[in-house]
Amino acid sequence: MDKETLVSYIPLYRDALLLTLKIGWQGILFSFVIGLIGAAITHFKVKVLKTIVGIYIELFRNTPLLVQLFFIYFALPKVGVKITAEACGVLGLGLLGGAYMIETFRSGLESIPIIQTESSYSLGMSKLQTFWYIILPQAVSISVPGLLANVIFLLKETSVFSTISLMDLMFTAKDLIGMYAKTIECLFLLVVFYLIMLLPVSIIGALIERRLRYAGFGD
Amino acid sequence: MLDLGIDVLFKGTNFLRLLQGLWVSIEISLISVVISILLGMIVGVLMTMNNPILHVALKVYLEIVRIMPQMVLLFIVYFGTTRVFGLDLSAEASAIIVFCFWGTAEMGDLVRGSIKSISKVQFESAYALGMDKVQTYWYVISPQTFRRLVPLSINLITRMIKTTSLVMMIGIVEVLKVSQQIIEANRKISPNAAFGVFAVVFLLYFMVCWPISRLSNYLEKRWV
Repeated sequence: MDKETLVSYIPLYRDALLLTLKIGWQGILFSFVIGLIGAAITHFKVKVLKTIVGIYIELFRNTPLLVQLFFIYFALPKVGVKITAEACGVLGLGLLGGAYMIETFRSGLESIPIIQTESSYSLGMSKLQTFWYIILPQAVSISVPGLLANVIFLLKETSVFSTISLMDLMFTAKDLIGMYAKTIECLFLLVVFYLIMLLPVSIIGALIERRLRYAGFGD
Repeated sequence: MLDLGIDVLFKGTNFLRLLQGLWVSIEISLISVVISILLGMIVGVLMTMNNPILHVALKVYLEIVRIMPQMVLLFIVYFGTTRVFGLDLSAEASAIIVFCFWGTAEMGDLVRGSIKSISKVQFESAYALGMDKVQTYWYVISPQTFRRLVPLSINLITRMIKTTSLVMMIGIVEVLKVSQQIIEANRKISPNAAFGVFAVVFLLYFMVCWPISRLSNYLEKRWV
């Protein structure tokens, strides 16, 4: 491996990492919002909307992100919906992630035994108070491992952004290999930068998971 | 009326080519799933053993798979091995290697999870009835693990199929590549082809994965 090449490539990879993170966190935030709203809709069994959420989940869970991105980026402009590559990345990631987040939040909400709701009613709490003070904290803490797995999954999925010509890590590596044929150095940096991005998430995630494990009282 | 460009698909053998492209993805994923399930069972059983060295090694393996995007692994195997070892792997072979590497870890984790989820009482009761270790595993534990595993491994198939869309990046001509070719070839006659073709690809993927994931859900509700 050539040290000079490595050093000269680092700034390019750093920029790519920043772009990946920027789109990544916006997309993840977007997917959280979709997840919470969607889970609330299925939890409270809102008519019509519940069916729409169901169709949305099935559609986006059963197709690859690459195909979704191609559809948003190349197909939608043909019917007049034009968005930039970056917005497309955020939208695609958010929509894919949203479908997974809804499922995670929903299974968290479902896992709270009915006796919790009944007990808080009998203590005189209202429906909203019950949801906010009793159900939600427990549901979220149960969902945390699933949510973290989703976050890592989504950050990994950002690697397909290179196909819609966003200059992310994958794009940079492919571009540099194509131009200078320093394959080993490029692949090495690619792995290192993905580790820089995902290892902290994985480690901090494990710590948070341990810290938040207060819901399963009595197991 | 707005031209959606779906007519392109009915010209010549275009639709057939698209389906052939889809079959390439499905073929790669089926081969990888079968190998992953077999290897995954071994890895899963190894993980339940209390060997510290084995435990650490498998932990590292799982963490690598969990953190590295499959696309990076594909690049390493396809471009890296050629460079470092002078191996000339075909794109299909590298795709299968990568998906097996990934699938084995996923499957191994599922197997470990389902063996761990069997309560200790089952083991103790079997021993109390005078069964030996092999009998206990064969007659009591494995049928229960199997029931839990079937829906999960069916689910792995859909994830495998979805991930194989990435092989386009290392030059395998699968459904997305074919659709790009069709769109390029008809750019002049049908400028809106991108919409029709990508919409159809979207639906094709959905039609393949949706029944499989329904089956997995159904079995999970019935058996677990």
